[in-house]
Amino acid sequence: MKVKILVTLKTGVLDPQGKAIQQTLNGMGFNNLKEVRQGKYFDIEINENNESKAKSIAEDMCKKLLANLVIEDFKII
Amino acid sequence: MKSSVIIFPGSNCDRDMDVALTKFGFKNKMVWHNESGLPKSDLIVLPGGFSYGDYLRCGSIASKSRIIKYVVEFANSGGLVLGICNGFQILTETGLLPGVLQQNKYLNFICKNVYIKINDKKNKYFKNIKKGVLELHIAHNEGNYFCSKDELKLIKDNNQIAVKYCDKDGNENDESNPNGALENIAGIFNINKNILGMMPHPERMIDKYLSGDDGSIFFQNLIGNLK
Repeated sequence: MKVKILVTLKTGVLDPQGKAIQQTLNGMGFNNLKEVRQGKYFDIEINENNESKAKSIAEDMCKKLLANLVIEDFKII
Repeated sequence: MKSSVIIFPGSNCDRDMDVALTKFGFKNKMVWHNESGLPKSDLIVLPGGFSYGDYLRCGSIASKSRIIKYVVEFANSGGLVLGICNGFQILTETGLLPGVLQQNKYLNFICKNVYIKINDKKNKYFKNIKKGVLELHIAHNEGNYFCSKDELKLIKDNNQIAVKYCDKDGNENDESNPNGALENIAGIFNINKNILGMMPHPERMIDKYLSGDDGSIFFQNLIGNLK
């Protein structure tokens, strides 16, 4: 089955790319922005039909490689 | 004294490091990342570069290489492990050093000479070094050191900050912080101080006619401390 994973910076961790994007959007006329944070998205197909098993494999992958838990959180969707 | 430099796909300071280590008396070997074991060494170096094209996060893919298991064993048994630039990033990704190296605060790749202040001399790397401020070179996009408040407290309590960015007189301030690193941190130790990771490149400063000589001071001092 397919697993979708979002990796985002933890609250409070500086996100210079997000900030640059926000400033650009502001410059383009999007003036009602509060904050932009940039993250990563992974689309992973796992050879596993059981949803909870697949999600637990995905969680293991996040903890071991896909996210750096010092600065990032992950969400399996 | 024997040293080994690990080469990852995308390392590009490995040969410079080999030249530097050899110049100051190390018998150096180059070790491919896929080897199952390390040659007998007094020092292991993870060189600078862009291992695996910096995919996912800098150093993250290299930190899962086959050789890393042996580097971790070597480090945990007290062996000296030095990571420069991408090597520093790999050390944080393996968990051998605390914190992470984030993208530079102003999003630019920085390539210039900087001054660093030696913060702790009670270790094999900086013991006996007379000069307190060294001029070294940096070249990185992700050198912005970051860790949690609790981690920072631990690092400070254990004197794990190795080197800090400063001006040429040794003053630490925002102007001398090139990348936004927390507390001007340019390099840190593990708790036992046998592992050192730092962003500046001493191997680029070993020729007074071409660059500068402060890297020579670092290597001469290091081999002196190991003898």
